Amino acid sequence: MPRTPIALSERIEYLAILNEKGQLDAELEPDISGEMLLRLYRAMLVGRRFDERLLDLQRQGRIGTFPPIKGQEAAQLGAVAHLRPGDWMVPSFRETAAELWRGRTLESVIICNNGFSEGAVISPDHNDLPVSVPVGSQILHAVGLGWAARYRKKDDIVMTFFGDGATSEGDFHEGMNFGAVFQVPVVFVCQNNQWAISTPVARQTRSATIAQKAIAYGIPGIQVDGNDILAVWAAAKEATDRARAGGGPTLIECLTYRVMMHTTADDPKRYRTEAEVETWRGRDPLTRFQKYLLDKGVLSGHDQLELDTEVLQEIQRAVDNAEKQMQIMGNPLDMFNHVYAELPPYLAGQREELARELATGKEVPS
Amino acid sequence: MTKMTMVQALNLALKQEMEKDDSVILLGEDVGRDGGVFRVTEGLMDQFGEQRVVDTPLAESAIVGMSIGMAAYGLKPVCEIQFSGFSYQNFHQIENHAARLRQRSQGRYPMSLVLRAPYGGGVRALEHHSESREAYWAHTPGLKMVIPSGPRNARALMVSAIRDPDPVIFYEAKALYRAFREEVPEEEETLPIGRPQLVREGKDLTMISYGAMLRPTLEAAEVLRERDGALAEVIDLLTISPLDEEILVKSVQKTGRAVIVHEAPRSFGPGAEIVARLMEKAFFFLQAPIERVAGFDIVIPLFAREKSYIPSVERIVAAAGRTLKN
Ligand SMILES: Cc1ncc(C[n+]2csc(CCOP(=O)(O)OP(=O)(O)O)c2C)c(N)n1
Ligand SMILES: [Mg+2]
Repeated sequence: MPRTPIALSERIEYLAILNEKGQLDAELEPDISGEMLLRLYRAMLVGRRFDERLLDLQRQGRIGTFPPIKGQEAAQLGAVAHLRPGDWMVPSFRETAAELWRGRTLESVIICNNGFSEGAVISPDHNDLPVSVPVGSQILHAVGLGWAARYRKKDDIVMTFFGDGATSEGDFHEGMNFGAVFQVPVVFVCQNNQWAISTPVARQTRSATIAQKAIAYGIPGIQVDGNDILAVWAAAKEATDRARAGGGPTLIECLTYRVMMHTTADDPKRYRTEAEVETWRGRDPLTRFQKYLLDKGVLSGHDQLELDTEVLQEIQRAVDNAEKQMQIMGNPLDMFNHVYAELPPYLAGQREELARELATGKEVPS
Repeated sequence: MTKMTMVQALNLALKQEMEKDDSVILLGEDVGRDGGVFRVTEGLMDQFGEQRVVDTPLAESAIVGMSIGMAAYGLKPVCEIQFSGFSYQNFHQIENHAARLRQRSQGRYPMSLVLRAPYGGGVRALEHHSESREAYWAHTPGLKMVIPSGPRNARALMVSAIRDPDPVIFYEAKALYRAFREEVPEEEETLPIGRPQLVREGKDLTMISYGAMLRPTLEAAEVLRERDGALAEVIDLLTISPLDEEILVKSVQKTGRAVIVHEAPRSFGPGAEIVARLMEKAFFFLQAPIERVAGFDIVIPLFAREKSYIPSVERIVAAAGRTLKN
């Protein structure tokens, strides 16, 4: 009876192309058009500046709690840029940059973060699901979407995002397993930002990487420097091409970092050191990409300054617009909208009750 | 006595029970280093160490499933589900096992387990962070469903819950966590699980509520007295299930009128069961239809609209006014 090693067919690679200083490994440089490079840069910049603005708005009490994305722009954009409008993006809750890439407006993000469901609109020419707060739950929806697309003989693919913490949920395991068994056209993107609120990734898993979990499911997996947009781009290109060609799902682990608090209700000083955060600030995805574009001559110092102003103005316009729109929003009766396709009679009655109460102001018992 | 918020009072209950009994173990997401996202377990990891205050990976089903194993072994796990909106991930562990292992093992295994979860709206929270779904748990035989209404009874009920030989779902109203302070004695205090409390005496009307809705109900009772001279009796349920109707029935037999107030959706909510019990036991004493003031039967809206969803003092007064008219 032999006792022999089992040959595993999958190997797990780590990929980085632009190092922390923005220096390129020319052999690995992906072929991305100048136009796309600039689009990506602009999107990263919008993602960054908008996040900063949201934090200001939150601190001023002009919006509610929200999860900042700072430092995770490359992990989102390098991946989502491979989707066509008709493809599906299935986010968790920390993918604002990816959502904006997919046509979500800045206004809608502000409106939603200020407690108005009117902000939860999906760009009409994109097929995306809304933000999913229950951690990991959306992974299975991506599998179902992929299954349905294939059933309808469409070449649409699906990309879903989740965090390192999400990989501990049963839904992660079930989604990966179903995705693999059914060989659905899905790309699973894990933004391993090292923390799930106060819990470090080492407390989520004893695995050296999240990418290696792919081996157990029988699908390809890769770990990339998630703060290097070129590496994310390259890995996501392989994965999306494979999915579209009928080659089944891929797990991509983007190593990145949550530079800010978990949400604006959190105080990270309670559980991690400033030194750790500083180290990761030095690996910033935006400055790294900027340097690459300047070196490559795709971006000039002058363009850069112009773009900075333009982006800030765009954000300012969005804040103004959103605040104007919110002044006429919030009719309480609208909370009965979309609960069912058709309001059942007893519920229409409850809506009536509220309408009467609103009409009489503070209702007095007769 | 020190004046404490509900967060501090719960912390005191956990701390003292852990000091008394080394079988009490806390586990959950961010309960250790971070002290819990609402700080209910603050300082407990420092005092009791990582073996007794356990920061778990992110998986509610695992937290509860593991607690069931610990309880079967004879420990007393107190697990925190970060928000009640994420307790559905562990629903099957409660429904299929926690609530029945005693019976499924013919009484062999104890199930001294507490599941703590913040519930309810009113704190401008994100989606899935504001629901009141106590009816799910109250509907499961074998469980106890407890909801305190303030710091002092929260502390006393938590002590009782930890000592209870059966699984207790313990909902903590986020809106009450830091809303007000109460005197909480340093020395041990418990309250019986399964016994509502009369918190205001009256003769014209019975008002029944619990959790975050108790205070607006008491305010409404005061408005009724000042404005109409009507004296409302107010009962704080404290335990939703097992529901002890005795005190409710006695009160309604006296007053002939009842208003039930909860934040949970109206249909099939706790109010529906209370109405049924009153119809069974106090029907011939009723002088007016029983009123329910509750959440609408819709998903609780995002925070810009939540004020219009959650029962207000005005809404309670209006309902009371209708029953008093008859
Ligand atoms: C099922 C579930 N449990 C708990 C929470 C509360 N919660 C929100 S985000 C979070 C941590 C998520 O960590 P990770 O998956 O790494 O994503 P990140 O926040 O780092 O982007 C927790 C515990 C939740 N939203 N859903
Ligand atoms: Mg994370």
